Amino acid sequence: MISDLRLKNATPGKKILIIFVQLAFICYSLIIFYPLFNMIISSFKSTREILRFPFALPQKLDFSSYKTVWVDRGFGHFFFNSVWMTTVSMIFVLLFGSMAAYGVSRYAYRMRTAVYMLFLSGIMLPLKAAIIPLFILMKKLGFVDKPISVILIFIAMGLPSTIFILSGFMKTIPKDLEYAARIDGCNDWMIYRRIIMPVIAPAIALVTIYNAVPIWNDFFFPLVFLQNPAYKPLPLGLTNFFGQYSTDWSLLFTALTIAILPVLILYVFMAKYFIKGMTAGAVK
Amino acid sequence: MNTKTAERRWILFFISPALVVVLIIILLPLFMSLFNSLFSWRQLIRQDFIGLENFRKVFFTEPYKTRFFNALKNNGLWFIVTMLIQNVGGLLIGYFLSRRVWAHEFYKRVIFIPVLFSIVAVGFLWGLYLSPNGLVNGFLKIVGLPQLTRAWLGDESIATFSIIFVNIWRWIGFPSLVFLAAIDNVPMDCLEAAWLDGATDRRVFFKVILPLIVPSILIITVLTIIGSLNVFEQIYTMAGLDGAPNFSTDTIGTLFYRTAFGSVDSGNPEIGIGSAIGVIIYLLTFLASVASIVVLGKKEIEL
Repeated sequence: MISDLRLKNATPGKKILIIFVQLAFICYSLIIFYPLFNMIISSFKSTREILRFPFALPQKLDFSSYKTVWVDRGFGHFFFNSVWMTTVSMIFVLLFGSMAAYGVSRYAYRMRTAVYMLFLSGIMLPLKAAIIPLFILMKKLGFVDKPISVILIFIAMGLPSTIFILSGFMKTIPKDLEYAARIDGCNDWMIYRRIIMPVIAPAIALVTIYNAVPIWNDFFFPLVFLQNPAYKPLPLGLTNFFGQYSTDWSLLFTALTIAILPVLILYVFMAKYFIKGMTAGAVK
Repeated sequence: MNTKTAERRWILFFISPALVVVLIIILLPLFMSLFNSLFSWRQLIRQDFIGLENFRKVFFTEPYKTRFFNALKNNGLWFIVTMLIQNVGGLLIGYFLSRRVWAHEFYKRVIFIPVLFSIVAVGFLWGLYLSPNGLVNGFLKIVGLPQLTRAWLGDESIATFSIIFVNIWRWIGFPSLVFLAAIDNVPMDCLEAAWLDGATDRRVFFKVILPLIVPSILIITVLTIIGSLNVFEQIYTMAGLDGAPNFSTDTIGTLFYRTAFGSVDSGNPEIGIGSAIGVIIYLLTFLASVASIVVLGKKEIEL
């Protein structure tokens, strides 16, 4: 923490700097807000209105395009797919990830560092670059065009960082807690489940956000593996939609609003957690 | 059963689910990429061992050579522009937020908003705004600068920059807040000592803060390298899989995808060449990350 930069008691030179910085921040906030605001108002306009009066407010609040996109064009379905695929992936990321973190942080054994490094190597490796062998592998397993293909990949994507973050937290828990539980007759699973997991609950919240956001947003793996419209998650559904209705801007802005607004609303209520969670891998 | 074997069983129980997934989905494909790149392929069927022939093709024969180096040049451009504008900008934003300027808590939250959005949604949104009759050109006309209107995504000389700027709009909040957290962690006594010596704000920034946040600069640099080599969705949504116009926005990611799933040359997937490009992506990521760790690691200061 360093000294505050405030107008009060500042030298004239500093005052200019402060005013300049404020103007820059206000301008940049507008650069972030206005495109989002315009997206939302455009979703209520007709394509003609959008092209002729791009900055004007809509003449009336017309929700009909929302019904078209959500019901007739299947966005409700895409949305639901994203929800359940992200949920299932995250359950396994958290379960397997916390178990492995427990296994590499609470025991002393010879292969421990090797196992830990093996998990960590996954953080650096760009998984997209392995798409060809992954595709061949999924084809052999008969998983192509089935949700399990992307769910398996999402789990693998999430595990290394989850293990890295959680084992960091688990290392700080005193051994005494564990000994006390053992005397009371707890086995290792009960220690993991009843002692360690409750203690690291805040870290679990952190890794949930850290991993759920990229999984929710992922486009590349569904693009490769999921052709069947019944299984398409939101980003892929959005892409197909843009290919099909590229001239109907009214529907396009509606589709974008449906894709972006839920995340934005969630963020308004949980900004602190999102910021902490998303930067968890890069901030101590 | 003695306690040693019991413990071994528990360890195995805890680590094996994650270990199996990571081995099969992350590490096995890595080695398969290396292996596959040494063979010739007909569709999805492996043919003969041909050594480094696929790599030779990528580097020395047409059309792969032109496409590959064109794409690599663009990835380089992504890295440089992102470092100069996004990360230097992020450092400044983080610094001023740490100085608790008026409404800093609000700016901090606002700047992070687009970080949460999917690249696909952001790409399509700005694709509409940057189109010839889109919002950006409309704005330029309103403020009396019609001479600045452009086909932002249709002009070969600026399309890549337009897409990079959209990506910076989405992501600049990330380095900003990482740097903010790092600057907030600089120990107060270091700063106080500098002030007592009469150091100006500028000197404090360059001589005290900057050396102490080298670890964060390192992380952001490595993430930027990985990000720049993995650019794909941005191009896919704003320029198309071919890196339109005329391959001017093509990147290794889109080239790799076209090679693997529908080709540069014959219209068929070319697994051999594609695997070679995949291996090159791995190597570049690894080398660039190691290089930045070595270079910046030397500048790190121990407290």
